[in-house]
Amino acid sequence: MRRFLAMWRAFLAALVLSFCVPAMAQDAMPPAPYAYRQLDDPAQEAKARALMETLRCLKCQGQSIADSDAPMAGDMRHQVRTRIAAGEDPEAIRAWLIERYGDYVSYKPELGASTWPLFALPLVLLIGAGFVFSRRFRRGRQ
Amino acid sequence: MRVRWSLWLPLLLFAGFCALVAVQLFHPAEREVESAMIGKELPQFDLKPASPDRPGLKTADLQAGKPRLLNIFASWCVPCAAEAPQLAELERGGADIVAVAVRDRPEDVAAFLARYGNPYSRIGADDLSEVQLGIGSSGVPETFVIDGKGVIRYQHIGDIRPEHVAMLLRKLQEAGQ
Repeated sequence: MRRFLAMWRAFLAALVLSFCVPAMAQDAMPPAPYAYRQLDDPAQEAKARALMETLRCLKCQGQSIADSDAPMAGDMRHQVRTRIAAGEDPEAIRAWLIERYGDYVSYKPELGASTWPLFALPLVLLIGAGFVFSRRFRRGRQ
Repeated sequence: MRVRWSLWLPLLLFAGFCALVAVQLFHPAEREVESAMIGKELPQFDLKPASPDRPGLKTADLQAGKPRLLNIFASWCVPCAAEAPQLAELERGGADIVAVAVRDRPEDVAAFLARYGNPYSRIGADDLSEVQLGIGSSGVPETFVIDGKGVIRYQHIGDIRPEHVAMLLRKLQEAGQ
């Protein structure tokens, strides 16, 4: 019984430690003013929100900055909200970030030299399918 | 009866898909985000000092005619402590190193420098990651080579290991030519 208790205690200690370790990699600073605070104007906040949902968090790359609690994502939200509040166009903010981090920072695919197949392929498939169907239907009627 | 080989095509496609997933699963690609600012000028900034014994950092400090290393670090970042000996070696090798401390408290920066050494001539406090975002840096530590006119010439992502020291000194020298 005592052995079991010791093991249980060790297990609990390991569990607690496993929660502590990632926390050490975070800073002690409070979040940026507009990291978690919405803009007062609901229309501006909606614009900021829509943009933040299509920007990639660079620390946690599967998430958008709207979804992430990483401090850097908070700083990016602050950046987006203060710029929108200053009257900047959301697409201009996206362009500003793409200028610094490349297309990867944006979840909204832009038409470009390396991305045009994304847009062209569905069209090609649709036309191909139309062609195949029209031939089959014609044959069926004969 | 004629064998219809095309019947096997979907299965082959599926096997290919599984192979692709397996390869990506066991050898995930590097997901470092490189700055797109290489070859471009530093943005305008003016950061307050991050520690009591070093001045802050502004763009003009990096346009004074001499190439410099710009180290992005934080006291809360473990690899930043790991690269301290290499930064000291770079300083001995003649590099002028300036720094941006990301989201850091002055007392924490002071304790970090007291413990691991201070190779920096200037340290700016980037409390809202504004400079970090402005130069396309996506984490700590990162080290940029800035030429004498304030143009970003090279970006090193992650901690500086002993094998990177000579390379960074060479990049710094190239930026001065």
